[in-house]
Amino acid sequence: MKILVCMKQVPQKDAPLKLNEAGTWIREDVSYEVNEPDAFALEEALRQKEKHSGEVVVITAGPARAMQVLREALAKGADRAIHLEDNAFVGLDAYNTARAIAAAIKDEKFDLIFTGLQSDDYGYAQTGVILAQILGLPHATIIMQIEKNEAGIRVKRELEAGFFQFVDVPLPAVLTIQSGINKLRYATLIGIKQAKTKPMRKVALAEVQSAMGNNLQKIDKMYIPEKSKNTEFLEGSPGEVAKKLVEKLKNELRVI
Amino acid sequence: MAETILVIVEQREGKLNRVSWETIAAGQAIAAETGWTLEAAVAGANVSAISGEVAQKKVSKVYDVESAKLEPYTPDAFAHALKSFLEKHPAKLVLMPHTYQVRDFVPKLATAMETTAITDAVGYKYEGGKLSFTRQMFQGKFMADVSFAGTGPCFVTFQNGSFRGDKAEAGGGAAAVEAFNVDVPDGVIRNKPQEVFKEAKQAVDLTQAEIIVSVGRGIKEQKNIELAKQLADALGGELAASRPICDNGWLPMDRQIGSSGQTVAPKLYLALGISGAIQHIVGMKGARSIVAINKDSEAPIFEISDYAVVGNLFDIVPPLIEEIKKART
Repeated sequence: MKILVCMKQVPQKDAPLKLNEAGTWIREDVSYEVNEPDAFALEEALRQKEKHSGEVVVITAGPARAMQVLREALAKGADRAIHLEDNAFVGLDAYNTARAIAAAIKDEKFDLIFTGLQSDDYGYAQTGVILAQILGLPHATIIMQIEKNEAGIRVKRELEAGFFQFVDVPLPAVLTIQSGINKLRYATLIGIKQAKTKPMRKVALAEVQSAMGNNLQKIDKMYIPEKSKNTEFLEGSPGEVAKKLVEKLKNELRVI
Repeated sequence: MAETILVIVEQREGKLNRVSWETIAAGQAIAAETGWTLEAAVAGANVSAISGEVAQKKVSKVYDVESAKLEPYTPDAFAHALKSFLEKHPAKLVLMPHTYQVRDFVPKLATAMETTAITDAVGYKYEGGKLSFTRQMFQGKFMADVSFAGTGPCFVTFQNGSFRGDKAEAGGGAAAVEAFNVDVPDGVIRNKPQEVFKEAKQAVDLTQAEIIVSVGRGIKEQKNIELAKQLADALGGELAASRPICDNGWLPMDRQIGSSGQTVAPKLYLALGISGAIQHIVGMKGARSIVAINKDSEAPIFEISDYAVVGNLFDIVPPLIEEIKKART
């Protein structure tokens, strides 16, 4: 199976974020990491390849820093990488991101395309499904299991409140992968070494721009959320805080 | 000409998903401010009972978007049917609840109509004749006002709990219901869905718990779960967790709180090392009181907490257990 994994670089989970001057996005000077569901998507692609052989290709759209995500993926076992490299890719809506990816892979034929189910920064949860529509492929979202069968694949979709559903999907198809579908592997030293010699194709904005359009949605303003609750911060040594909290639990919240 | 707002209510296997009332309430609020007309639609096979129920609310019209091929749900059939409907009955704004089903088909539908969806919104603003929608960004660390740059129809999905479903106003009389029979040609539906099922019988029903102690990534290692268990025991409460803890297998899946787990509303929700990602918050924001202990002073969980402790949970929880035991004797 030939599998494409779409990956995104996002700020680290506990990185302190600051608004940019325009108040429309964050300042770029933070530490980044791979979007967590995308890491699970990569792992799943590697496992499918180990079972059925084939090729795993990883793609990202972002500035030079985003290449780190691809390097790590190659070190974990992906065969080659595609980097849509431009600062402009940061500000794209999901529609344009999907159109750029579709344009970058137009000469390739994948059996499966994976994305994480959503990104930890914008949280569109749309890019995979939009990509499927652009490519004319069937899709299934929030996937927790993938089994190949004669007709295509059988996937396990997660629904709300602990429900699941198996769905038979013909190939080629696009799947959005849920965190926790598998256990992530670490890159080995040999893998890290080999990654340096694996192919990395750079795609400039100009090469895909004709396939793109104006963003269809726009962030007018980003800001720190207003508190909906009057939060009381309890301070002091651990012992003091414990005493204060128990007093609140007992006298204010009346749960003790 | 007055613009139309269309609310697409959600049904599954012939039953209305109650979260749809929240979307109706949102549509009514936006209609009142903009002066636009509010209509509703329900898509499925034999949905007239549901459209009848929706017609009791203050909406000007309800459409049955009907086809036998809409049952069971598939994204292909839903996108096809709703696109056919919207081409005949254009709407400026299309509102839906942000459910797993909607997020499965709405990006496809919007793309097929060369437009876009603002997903997981928690509110809206109407200022100077311009509509924008508020949504959380960076896992709730920021809010943003997002607006449409295209011509529409503009799709918006609302997060659970953003509007009060019980505030959906009843109408003066039943609104007219109109059937829209849609043809879904062979070959449109490519996926074959099987029965919906539950993994295992749920051993614990956290929805009935009055006190819940919940752990997140901040617990660091599986062996530290025991500390949280001791705190839950001291309080006489149940132990629960955010998704990553259950993904790691540190606690069983049936103790997961959030969009993919249980939705709870206890008297006390004590969050240990939980940052408060949106997917978790939607499962517990109905708690009567929320106490959070987290080392990151900017963790979004503090936005909705009544009492907050910024610090290392491993320093605070042991004396807390001792103090609770003292208070109980």
